[in-house]
Amino acid sequence: MSGTHAGNPIAARVRRLEERLVAGGLVTDGELDAVLASVLRGATPLNGARIAARAWSDEGFRERLLADAGAALPEVGLSMAGGLQEQRLKVVANTPETHNVLVCTLCSCYPVALLGPSPSWYKSEAYRSRVVREPRSVLTEFGFELPETTAVTVWDSSAESRYMVLPRRPDGTEGLSEDELAGLVTREGLIGTAAV
Amino acid sequence: MAEREALPAQFAPGDQVRAVAVDPDWHTRLPTYARGRIGRVVSVTGSWPLADDVARRREEPRVEPVYTVAFAARDLWGEGGHEVTLDLWQSYLEPYAPNEEA
Repeated sequence: MSGTHAGNPIAARVRRLEERLVAGGLVTDGELDAVLASVLRGATPLNGARIAARAWSDEGFRERLLADAGAALPEVGLSMAGGLQEQRLKVVANTPETHNVLVCTLCSCYPVALLGPSPSWYKSEAYRSRVVREPRSVLTEFGFELPETTAVTVWDSSAESRYMVLPRRPDGTEGLSEDELAGLVTREGLIGTAAV
Repeated sequence: MAEREALPAQFAPGDQVRAVAVDPDWHTRLPTYARGRIGRVVSVTGSWPLADDVARRREEPRVEPVYTVAFAARDLWGEGGHEVTLDLWQSYLEPYAPNEEA
């Protein structure tokens, strides 16, 4: 969570709502904390990094992952069942021809139960309104220059599916182990605002 | 909440569709920027209760196929070379045949 979270008006409103629910005897603070803890247990971008590293190392896994991510995740000890309800995950692979970038223009949908909370900029109005309209400019502001010859697809998570980008395996990494490969992957790479 | 049987899929990958040009006063997951725009069905992702019905606390929300639909930036914004894909419930879409345009 960012340091400014407590000053956020929505956070204050949520806290007031929590207080009313607790005061009304509908729920306790402990129960609310337990729900959050159970949803976020094990949720981290490291899961996405492990998935990417396996996909780079095992072509069969890559194919199964892109065809049906939910069915392939158990192969790396993960699943989409960790949240309040199981969600469909779609993994989209970057290629030399096409780069993928994720957004939720309506709110801030993100595979939270798998990858943990999204970055604060992902929820900002600026990112959400601009990346669907001028993705190349937005990527440039992230310090990521995409070749003109690479097409861009922006995935707006408008329904019940959640998305993850499979970055391209960096050049010169042929000798690396799966763990070493996972260490190269960033949360931005899994959203598509960085190359890896 | 009772769950209805899913409606059969009306569209297939490759079909051209138009997002309906509506402006409901309830919660919907059809973003304003896509309303009335023409796209191409990329895939059928499964069937889910219609978000509009769920948000309105309908007893039996309609369960509809949800499609990933790709729109060309040029058709959405009048410029840009990229594509934007959206996941849209079936009732957000209508068939589009270019030769029907007068």
